[in-house]
Amino acid sequence: MMAQFVFYIFATVLLFSAAMVITARNPVHAVLFLILAFFNASGLFLLAGAEFLAMLLVIVYVGAVAVLFLFVVMMLDVDFGQLREGFQKYAPLGGCVGGVLFAELVLAFSHWQMAPGRAAPLAAPGLTNTAALGGIIYTHYVLLFQACGLVLLVAMIGAITLTLRERVTGRRQNVTCQHARTRADTLEMLELNLGESVAERGGFLRPKGSYNEIAVPGSFGLVPENPKDDVASNKEKGA
Amino acid sequence: MNAAINAVGLGPYLFVSAALLVLGVFGIFLNRKNIIVILMAMELILLSANLNLVAFSSALGDLSGQVMVLFVLTIAAAEAAIGLAIVTVYFRNRGSIQVEDVTMMKG
Repeated sequence: MMAQFVFYIFATVLLFSAAMVITARNPVHAVLFLILAFFNASGLFLLAGAEFLAMLLVIVYVGAVAVLFLFVVMMLDVDFGQLREGFQKYAPLGGCVGGVLFAELVLAFSHWQMAPGRAAPLAAPGLTNTAALGGIIYTHYVLLFQACGLVLLVAMIGAITLTLRERVTGRRQNVTCQHARTRADTLEMLELNLGESVAERGGFLRPKGSYNEIAVPGSFGLVPENPKDDVASNKEKGA
Repeated sequence: MNAAINAVGLGPYLFVSAALLVLGVFGIFLNRKNIIVILMAMELILLSANLNLVAFSSALGDLSGQVMVLFVLTIAAAEAAIGLAIVTVYFRNRGSIQVEDVTMMKG
């Protein structure tokens, strides 16, 4: 009885938040309702006895995917009012398709019976859900599991390659240049007598241009052809 | 295998899952221009498939369904990441995310 009560609460909130996801005016609200929907779905998973997947849903979806959505929605400066123009136009068609689909599913499910001979459980009884799942994944489904890792790797590389952009002001590390650098290239010891200011000795040495001028795309931040001249001209200016 | 699914029964799970699927499909029709909401509706559809798999796995006492849910979750996460990356790049190039303009990418 209690399980039924909890089930109907979770199911109601799940369907309500799913409806709000697709009808919310503000996409940020849509993402937040998506998070609520995932929480309730994980509650349903718990009721069905899939504890590991319930926790996975909370961690992966609420922790990663929904936050990714939120990040993109907030990062892109999109005029969302303009995007809702066809809302009324497509609603009847979508309603028709959805209604027909739902009717078909209900018809199919209501006249459906389980075949008597059913698959034997793969896992040994008496284990927790997580242990049993692990026992199956790492034996029967180990290749698929590895393939999943490959898919995630490809997705990660693809997403990074797609969104990586060479900024004009971006500066990269050039390891060879850093290693070849000596103290004499960059620092100069200045001894001051009492009462003498640095300005009289040529002032401090600074990069001649601004950092943005130095950082030309593809140059790894190496623009000055002959830094000695720059130093000399700086000194002349100071003097 | 599990007491809770016996108390609730398989039927309500399938009903909720079917309703979730229909809401996802309806959402794709409703938000034809907003690709971010379309991606979210696709997540809802995948969630309904997961719910179905978990319900059947629990009712039949066979854990293979839950392993499949694990794989579907992986694919869904990868799909969301790639989709949002494409949306970001598209927005950077065009200044909008109107899906109807995407036909200009045809060769």
